[in-house]
Amino acid sequence: MTLVDMLSYAYPELVLAIGSMALLITGVFMGENSAQKISLASIAVLAIAVAFVVFRPAVGGATIFADAFRIDGFSEFVKTVLYITAGFAIMMSHRYFQGDDNWRFEYPILILLSVFGMSLMVSANDLIALYMGIETQSLALYVLASINRDSRRSTEAGLKYFVLGALSSCLMLYGASLIYGFTGSVSFTEIAKIAETSGGENVGLIIGLVFLISGLAFKVSAAPFHMWTPDVYEGAPTPVTAFFAAAPKFAAMALFIRVLMTAFPTALADWQMVIALIAVASMMVGAFSAIAQTNIKRLMAYSSIGHVGYALMGLAAGTAPGVSSILIYMTIYIVMTIGAFACILMMRRRGGLTEDISDLSGLTKTNMPLALVLTILLFSLAGIPPMAGFFGKWYVFVAAVDAGLVWLAILGVLASAVSAYYYLRIVWFMWFDEPAPAFERDVGPALQMTAGVSAIMVFPILVIFIGVLYQAADRAAAALF
Amino acid sequence: MAEIGLGHFLSVAAILFAIGMAGIFLNRKNVIVILMSIELMLLAVNINLVAFSQFLGDLTGQVFAFMVLTVAAAEAAVGLAILVAYFRKRGDISVDDANLMKN
Repeated sequence: MTLVDMLSYAYPELVLAIGSMALLITGVFMGENSAQKISLASIAVLAIAVAFVVFRPAVGGATIFADAFRIDGFSEFVKTVLYITAGFAIMMSHRYFQGDDNWRFEYPILILLSVFGMSLMVSANDLIALYMGIETQSLALYVLASINRDSRRSTEAGLKYFVLGALSSCLMLYGASLIYGFTGSVSFTEIAKIAETSGGENVGLIIGLVFLISGLAFKVSAAPFHMWTPDVYEGAPTPVTAFFAAAPKFAAMALFIRVLMTAFPTALADWQMVIALIAVASMMVGAFSAIAQTNIKRLMAYSSIGHVGYALMGLAAGTAPGVSSILIYMTIYIVMTIGAFACILMMRRRGGLTEDISDLSGLTKTNMPLALVLTILLFSLAGIPPMAGFFGKWYVFVAAVDAGLVWLAILGVLASAVSAYYYLRIVWFMWFDEPAPAFERDVGPALQMTAGVSAIMVFPILVIFIGVLYQAADRAAAALF
Repeated sequence: MAEIGLGHFLSVAAILFAIGMAGIFLNRKNVIVILMSIELMLLAVNINLVAFSQFLGDLTGQVFAFMVLTVAAAEAAVGLAILVAYFRKRGDISVDDANLMKN
């Protein structure tokens, strides 16, 4: 395959890389008040990237750049979701930054750069590409967390994210070096071959795998490596938190799936129990720690830890239906999260955002549309039957039971019952409490549209959406087996 | 005199890695020390990679080590930039004081 042929498979990544660089230069020349134009242009760049992924699929998959970069149905599915998510995340930030000195044109460009890194993660087919992808993503995310450099909370969030993110990268890298040393190769396919023959006797390989799993668990913020999540989510500016809760999680989860499924499928017995325990711990932390929270961003952080736990259940199954159930779960989770954060961004009072759950009291009496949308999204997050969130959980539980992990599914149902309490508590506040002062009505069309679309997508009327999603995820998962 | 083998290199790397990890968790005074600990851990990984590369007779490990070096430089730049922004708002960089957000 010639270089031009290879590059033609990487068009989405090239669009993102070149687009972000071009916009950076344009932004510098246009000066400080270019933020809105650059922001819209970034959404256009993401749209072009989506078009390349959707309309030029690599039939049957392709591996390019000396076995480092894999394009297949799996990576295309994840990339489509990621690019669309990033577009919504940029759109949702407009109202937040408007009339604020902090609206810098670097914000959408950093999102583009991190999405570029996520693309590399999703397509990574060897340990070097894995590391480079994660770092490209993370370095942009650290800066995003502290983008409000005049805010003490934002800079502290950035610092905490940086220190713990760098630590997790080191853990992962140490694992990668051991895996390389004890198999003699960095390529996932080669590692799989050697792991198959040497099996469980290769202690160095197993130790390396444990380090790698710990590092990746940090990145998806699974317990017991979740400590950074609540602080970073609370401290970072709210549009950034919305992005953090959605896109990087899915990208890291996709990488997690690809590493375990293509490099260590034969070592399933070695890592299955580790992943199952991480899943249980995350579900429990997500269910119990969120109960006492009063800040809605912090609550969403614990909620996201719990949701990652459910998704990991599908990974512990280690089967094609398991992988497909993770893809469905994470896609639905992203829709719900983006919608919920659009609602949180509409909680404005006297020109500023409020973050207290008690501010939502009696919302039905002051702002019925917002209350309805948020109620639908919270029901879905809790996994109450007719909503999309229920179907996500259903597929994951079925995959776990089919793989013989009945105890895991039972613990999952219990955790989900506990977590329903704190979602429904918010609904109770909104419908039956004395009204708090009303929120501002002037929130702009972007937020209203985002919240509305996500509420419609999780609403049971759109069972078609679940059907389409199910088929697409099934095809994507088949690419790995 | 005993031959210095792969095991010795791996031990050195493991010890450096452990020192770096301890530096992050035990240090309560200064964020700069944390940045240095992170560098130490990355260098431990590099020793691992180069030692493996030498003993396997395979160049990939050294390529990997170069990648790690490059990324480590970028990471230090971003880390220090965030630290400077943090210092401007706080006036100090002690680890214990980074507690605006708490349960």
